[in-house]
Amino acid sequence: MRVLIPGPLRSYTAQSWVEASGATIGAVLADLERQYPGIRFRMIDEQDRMRANIRFFVNGAATFDLARPLRPTDEVQIVQALSGG
Amino acid sequence: MASNSKKPAPRTAASSSSSARPKRSTPARRVLVLVATRKGAWLFHGDAQRKTWRADGPHFLGHIVSHLMLDPRDGRTLLAAAKTGHLGPTVFRSTDLGRSWKEAARPPAFAKAPVGQPGRAVDHTFWLTPGHASEPDAWYAGTSPQGLFRSADGGVSWEPFSSVNDDPQYREWMGSVQDGTPDGPKLHSIIVDPRDPAHLYFAMSSGGVHESVDGGRSFSTLVQGLEVVEGFDAANLTFHDPHCVRLCPSNPDRLYQQNHCGIYRLDRPSTEWLRIGRKMPKRVGDIGFPLVVHPRDADTVWVFPMDGGSVWPRTSPQGEPAAYVTRNGGKTWQRLDAGLPSSQAWWTLKRQAMCADTHDPLGLYFGTTSGELWMSRDEGARWACIAQHLPEIYAVETAELG
Repeated sequence: MRVLIPGPLRSYTAQSWVEASGATIGAVLADLERQYPGIRFRMIDEQDRMRANIRFFVNGAATFDLARPLRPTDEVQIVQALSGG
Repeated sequence: MASNSKKPAPRTAASSSSSARPKRSTPARRVLVLVATRKGAWLFHGDAQRKTWRADGPHFLGHIVSHLMLDPRDGRTLLAAAKTGHLGPTVFRSTDLGRSWKEAARPPAFAKAPVGQPGRAVDHTFWLTPGHASEPDAWYAGTSPQGLFRSADGGVSWEPFSSVNDDPQYREWMGSVQDGTPDGPKLHSIIVDPRDPAHLYFAMSSGGVHESVDGGRSFSTLVQGLEVVEGFDAANLTFHDPHCVRLCPSNPDRLYQQNHCGIYRLDRPSTEWLRIGRKMPKRVGDIGFPLVVHPRDADTVWVFPMDGGSVWPRTSPQGEPAAYVTRNGGKTWQRLDAGLPSSQAWWTLKRQAMCADTHDPLGLYFGTTSGELWMSRDEGARWACIAQHLPEIYAVETAELG
């Protein structure tokens, strides 16, 4: 499926949209890590929690659950919430 | 991740100084000043006389770089502890003096907590210490919140010390995030005894000073004689706030410490710290963050006092910045402010933002919270500004290139 990568993580992917596969958000992140080593830890901490300013959307709807099921036709958007200075 | 923008290198000159001592020969080794800031990192390459400086940077523009260190064992490997305001923490590694960078395969991260228990996450790697000369690929890292980590492969992958990070007693001493400093509680001042790779020290803000003689399998506390804030119990390690601990290379049995509550010296095998900051001028006090030891003279130490009164302004006292030096192990102190602003200068230095080179006379370097990089070619007798308008400076280290 198509995954939108936020600007701060494009140093890993070199493009805004990438292809990744997986039956859940967590599986898609694992596939992204396989393709772009290091990218997952920038978004997900060592306790498998989403980092404070990283948001995940599936077809435009926010999700906070790494186990959220996905269909191959879904589109995942990863967004960096803006905050701070 | 590769990150680097090469820009024309401005040259700046540090004004000539008149040394208080007779001129001695200066080694040909060039000084490299490594500057870590809230918005990226810079390398300043000095000439053989330490008079002109070529700026190389920014590296990792926009990243919060807490520490940048060159491996003294190979003279070319750089490690940078970085994160951004939004992304998780990582460590970048360069083996060509910063021309290219590669991210650590496994940056410092705590062990996964058992199901149902709240686990900790590294917010940022704060401190980097190269390992012992006999262990060429070993590095140590300290994090916020407090964690101790080791790499055995030159900084590519990092393993947690469960003897500290997961120990219930240590976790209690670390306190909560609310007990920590404004940027988060930190493990710092990781020191490897140059005579023995298994002899380690580290400090925690908060959480006290600790020592291991078995390579980190076990640690014991080393806080006797240290004061804590009035009204708190010094027997509780949570209330101990060492800011910066340094070991004297010329006498590894001697350590100095800048603490939240004063300046101290410890001469091993004693385990009792002696408050030597009592001899500082009362108007200035003995609060601050950085402390620099002389590489060849264990009686000589520099500090940079900070206003730790009332609400802890964390500025220079009275807006008049100055370093202080003792040349007799803390019996007396002299003010060193020639060349520094004489008034209305409200910056100060963070704990990693002051260091020395090994030339003779020795060079001193510091970076300010206001983004200025200063140096002295004569052990602090006179200061000159190398660079202005950098982001807030978090750490300044030197390396010497052949």
